[in-house]
Amino acid sequence: MARRATVEPFLWLLFSAGGVVAALVIPVLLLLFGLAFPLGWLSPPDYAHMLAVLGHPLSRVTIFVSCTLLLFHWAHRFRFTLYDGLQIKHLNELIVLVSYGAVLVGTIAAGVLVWQLT
Amino acid sequence: MSEPPTYTPFHPRWYRPRVSTWWWLKRWSSLAFILREVSSIFVAWFVVFFLLLVAAVGQGEAAYQEFMRWAANPGIVLVNIISLFFVVFHAVTWFNLAPQAMVVRIGGKRVPGKLIAASNYGAWVVTSLLVAWIVLAGSR
Repeated sequence: MARRATVEPFLWLLFSAGGVVAALVIPVLLLLFGLAFPLGWLSPPDYAHMLAVLGHPLSRVTIFVSCTLLLFHWAHRFRFTLYDGLQIKHLNELIVLVSYGAVLVGTIAAGVLVWQLT
Repeated sequence: MSEPPTYTPFHPRWYRPRVSTWWWLKRWSSLAFILREVSSIFVAWFVVFFLLLVAAVGQGEAAYQEFMRWAANPGIVLVNIISLFFVVFHAVTWFNLAPQAMVVRIGGKRVPGKLIAASNYGAWVVTSLLVAWIVLAGSR
């Protein structure tokens, strides 16, 4: 049977790459910035250090690429949550459009925010 | 036996048993699957949270302090605790699944799955320590 070429494997690749980023870096960052600093377990880094760390060209590229991959990871799982979990199948096109639209918006936002770090 | 088949003018309907919306509550494995899918929402929340931090740092010292005060709101802390639970669940299931996704052969022999999972956990530890070290180098 002839198979139509689809964009699905490419999306799955981005989902997978985002999954690796999510597993490796989100827990530690969430633990630090979401819990340890706000609850006073550790003293937060001062502003100059944060600006130096985030503003480094390598960090800026990493942040931009990571955010994009994480958003693709989210979009893939989110649309299948609605499709398989809640069985919203008749709105599939709309869900795909909204999901990847959000990825596009998030990617642009990440690019702009990383760009203005100096 | 030799009766001719009867035809009706109606199209036959497929037998499709209706699947409950809550089918994934019946078994732990399907519940785990849905929890993993739901973890993606918290990944998206993290992207928003982190980009707000980046935006604050880009705006200046006052905005950074304001972000840190906002992050200490009990509601935000609660969301981050729930997010941490889901993301760690994602990470653990992701690394446990890695041997199925990565088939590595060295010298024609397949590297045992346990070794691949262990190397993934190792990478997790190293990355976490590296990130913590970079961030905490500037602790007051």
